[in-house]
Amino acid sequence: MKILIVEDEKDLRETIVASLKKEHFVIETASDYLSASEKIEVYNYDCILLDIMLPNGSGLELLEQLKNQGKSGNVIIISAKDSLDDKLKGLELGADDYLTKPFHIAELNARIKAVLRRNKLDGKNTIEIANIVLDLTERTFTVNKENVPLNRKEFDILNYFLLNKNRLVTKNALAEHVWGDNIDQADNFDFIYYQIKNLRKKLQSADAGVEIEAIYGIGYKLTEK
Amino acid sequence: MKDWTTTSDKLFTRHKKDTSVLEKRAFDEGFFAIHEISQSQALAVKDKYLDTLMYMQDADDESPELEPVRLLTTAFENKGHYYELKIINSMVEEDDLVGELLREAIGLYLLLITVVILINNFVLQRLWQPFYSFLNQLKNYRIGSSKNFPEVSTKTKEFTDLQKAVTILLQQNIETYEQQKQFIGNASHELQTPLAITTNKLELLIEKGNLQPDQAENIAEVMSLIDRMVRLNKSLLLLTKIENKQFLDNRTISLNELVKQSVNDLEEIAEFKNVKINVFESAELTIQMDVSLANIIVSNLLRNAIFHNVSNGNVNVNILEDAIHVSNTGIESPLNAEKVFSRFYKSESDQSGTGLGLTIVKAICELYGFSISYRFENSLHWFTIRFR
Repeated sequence: MKILIVEDEKDLRETIVASLKKEHFVIETASDYLSASEKIEVYNYDCILLDIMLPNGSGLELLEQLKNQGKSGNVIIISAKDSLDDKLKGLELGADDYLTKPFHIAELNARIKAVLRRNKLDGKNTIEIANIVLDLTERTFTVNKENVPLNRKEFDILNYFLLNKNRLVTKNALAEHVWGDNIDQADNFDFIYYQIKNLRKKLQSADAGVEIEAIYGIGYKLTEK
Repeated sequence: MKDWTTTSDKLFTRHKKDTSVLEKRAFDEGFFAIHEISQSQALAVKDKYLDTLMYMQDADDESPELEPVRLLTTAFENKGHYYELKIINSMVEEDDLVGELLREAIGLYLLLITVVILINNFVLQRLWQPFYSFLNQLKNYRIGSSKNFPEVSTKTKEFTDLQKAVTILLQQNIETYEQQKQFIGNASHELQTPLAITTNKLELLIEKGNLQPDQAENIAEVMSLIDRMVRLNKSLLLLTKIENKQFLDNRTISLNELVKQSVNDLEEIAEFKNVKINVFESAELTIQMDVSLANIIVSNLLRNAIFHNVSNGNVNVNILEDAIHVSNTGIESPLNAEKVFSRFYKSESDQSGTGLGLTIVKAICELYGFSISYRFENSLHWFTIRFR
C-alpha cells in the first residue's frame, strides 16, 4: 500500500509518517503544491492525505488535478480549517473524507483503513482477524461463525479497535470516535470504561482470538492472542 | 378735537330742521343740554373742556352709575337768541371695560395656550423629528448585525454633527469588534496544528512503550490537558463561525425527528448514567435552519440535561407547536439564570465541561432569532427555546 502525505508542517508530517510506518505502508511525502503536483502526475497512490493550505497553491487545486485524472476517490483532506465550504468543495471534487486538525493518530489510521477497504476490488465489507468476523454492512459480529450480539456502541468500539489493531487507542480518541464530533464530552470516560468492560467479557466468553488490553490507564490496545 | 367739532356741527345742522332741539335742557337720554343765556353771558363764554363724573344709565346697566365723562361747554347764537351748549361724551365705562378686559385677557390667554400647544405639537415636533428618528435608529442598532449606520435626515448643523460623532464612535466599535472576532478565530485556528502535533507525538511516545508507570501517568495527565485545550479550541472556533454566520445552509427540518435521533444516539450513555429520557410530542414542529446547527442545539441541550443529572433522574423533552422544553432533575437549587448561558460558566459541583455547550446553543438561537430561557420549577431545571 502506497500513501502520499501532502503537508507543509514538518513536525506533523513526520509524526504521521512515523505512525503510518508501523502499519507497514510505503510512504512518500510532499511539503508544497509543486512537488505534490509532480508526484500526483507521475505515480499512483492507494491513499493521499491532503492538506488544503499549502505553500504556493491550494490542496483543492491538487484535488481538481486528481479528479481530472480520475484518481480523487482515495483522498483524505486534512485541514486546520473546519470550514463547511472547503468540506463541501472537497467532497464535491471527489475526496473520500475530511479530517479536521487536530486529530488522533488512531482516528487517522481508521480513516485510512476505511478508504483502502472501500477501494479494494473484492467489495467485501468485513473485517476478519483470527477467528472473528465483523460485518460492517450487516453490523454483525461472529466468533467461530457464531453470532455474538453487540450493542451499537460496542460494535463501533470493536470496529475502531480492529482498524487500529496492535495500536494504542487513547480514551480520548475512542470517546471522540464513538461520540462523534462533540464539544462537551467531559467525564464520559466512565461510560467508555463500562462499554469496554462489557466488550471484553463478551470477547472472553465467546472465546474470541483477540483481546483488549489497557495501556497505562491512557488507552487500550487490541491484539491477537 | 375733530370729534367734538363734528358733534357740534351735527347739532347745529339738526336744530335748523328741528327747533325742539333747542328746548332740551337736561342731558337725560341725550348727550347734550342747551340753556338760553343773555348776550353778555354768551359773549363771555369761552369753549371749555372738562373731565367730570355723571350718573348715567346705559342700555347694559341695571341702574344709573357714576361714569367718567368729558364735558364741553360752549355758546352759540340763533336768530338773536343766545344759548349755552353742554356736550358730554362718556370717556369710559370702567366696569364694562374691566369685564371686557377680563374676557379678552382670558381669550387671549386661551389663544396663547392653543398656539403654544400647536407650536409644540407641530413646529417643535417637526423640528425634533430628525433627532427622535435618529435616537430610535440608535436604540435599534446592533453591532455586528445592523448594516446601516443611523442617519439624520436634516441640515441642522447640531444634528448632523451628532450623527458624525456617533458614526465615528460606531465605526471604532465595529472595528474593535471585528478585530476581536478575527483574533479569536485566528488564534484558535493557528492553535490547531501545534495541538495536532503535540497530541500525535505523545500518542507515538506512549505507543513506543518502555515507560515507567509514573512517567506514563504524567503523560496521561498532559494528554488529558491537551485534550481539554483541543475541545475548548474547537468550541471557540465553532462560536466564531456561528457569529460569522458561516453556516447558513437552511432547510426545513422536523425537530421531532431530530430529537428522536438525538435521543437514540444518547440512549446508551443515559442508560449508563441511570437517567430516563421521556419525549412528549404534542405537535409537529418544523423549522427553517442549518441541519448541523439544529443538531448541535438539540444534542447540546440533551447532553447538558443528561450530564448534570442525578442517578434515577429524568430528562423530559416536550415538543410544542412553536417551542421545545427540555427539563431535567439535578441539583436541588436554581442555577444563575443570567450566567447559565455565558461563556465558561460552570456549576460549582461540576467543573469538567468546557462551559461552552449552552453558550453555543444560545449563539445559534441568537443567529436565528429564537429565544432561549432557563428557569427552575418543581425541582426541575427547564430550558426552553421558542422558535417563533
